[in-house]
Amino acid sequence: MSDNWTVAGRSFTSRLIVGTGKYKDFAQNAAAVEASGAEIVTVAVRRVNISDPSQPVLMDYIDPKKITYLPNTAGCFTADEAIRTLRLAREAGGWDLVKLEVLGEARTLYPNMRETLRATEVLSNEGFLPMVYCTDDPIAAQQLEEAGAVAIMPLGAPIGSGLGLQNRVTIRLIVEGAKVPVLVDAGVGTPSDAAVAMELGCDGVLMNTAIAEAKDPVRMARAMKLAVEAGREGYLAGRMAKRMYADPSSPLAGLI
Amino acid sequence: MTQPDTLQVRINGEQRRVAAGSTIAQLVGEIGLDPSRVAVERNLEIVPRSTLASVAVADGDAFEIVHFVGGG
Repeated sequence: MSDNWTVAGRSFTSRLIVGTGKYKDFAQNAAAVEASGAEIVTVAVRRVNISDPSQPVLMDYIDPKKITYLPNTAGCFTADEAIRTLRLAREAGGWDLVKLEVLGEARTLYPNMRETLRATEVLSNEGFLPMVYCTDDPIAAQQLEEAGAVAIMPLGAPIGSGLGLQNRVTIRLIVEGAKVPVLVDAGVGTPSDAAVAMELGCDGVLMNTAIAEAKDPVRMARAMKLAVEAGREGYLAGRMAKRMYADPSSPLAGLI
Repeated sequence: MTQPDTLQVRINGEQRRVAAGSTIAQLVGEIGLDPSRVAVERNLEIVPRSTLASVAVADGDAFEIVHFVGGG
């Protein structure tokens, strides 16, 4: 039984998107991506080292023909910086599906929603398909969708914090209100965090640090794959109702 | 001293001299980069990859040459 999800007309089987930052080396990074089953990885756009152009690069280890590169604007604090970065990314990669994040401050890396919304409008008008990192605010999510976001990516907790989903209610409200895919982006620390996001009905989860900073990143990548699958299956299965008091699992009739 | 047969340009913040008459594709190649793996911005404007071989470098040009690196 297939359970694909679709973003901007492109279908994927894996609901786990992984970052490619903070790994010990490219080989470990590639092994973690393989173990995670991810079909999409986020990448950053940076200056080439013109003094030493022969250094190994990410593309030598993770083949963009097999794994979709999702260029991200991490490190951009204004709409203009983010737009400039993604124009370069489109030229470097040749594709329009991008991840937009416009940060508000270094301490929390919380999104600057005014700049994020403005960048979404500009990018959408230029033909980009932006998946947008945002606050866990259902109204902001609606506004992003109206501005052309092809996916809504609310944070579960601050980037790199590993604190897990801090507000399940708002994530669920975003899921219920959105016509485009919703993926929790940032804040996942453990497999159970990823499962919670999926049980809430999210279409996917994006993570980097939870895998890269695990003691055994490749094993954690596999754990996250299983957790995302388990959470998704649990969501589709439909959870039992909660009740205040106990309800015995064994029949009362026939007790000796 | 500006030599008449070379141009002064800035690439990723570094000053460099290139031969007069060079195209951007030649500039990228001389640095040792694969043009299919980078994107080039010239004076804040994207240079489409299809035109790298036909656009000539001008004295004083500022280039940004970027590629994909690991990130979250």
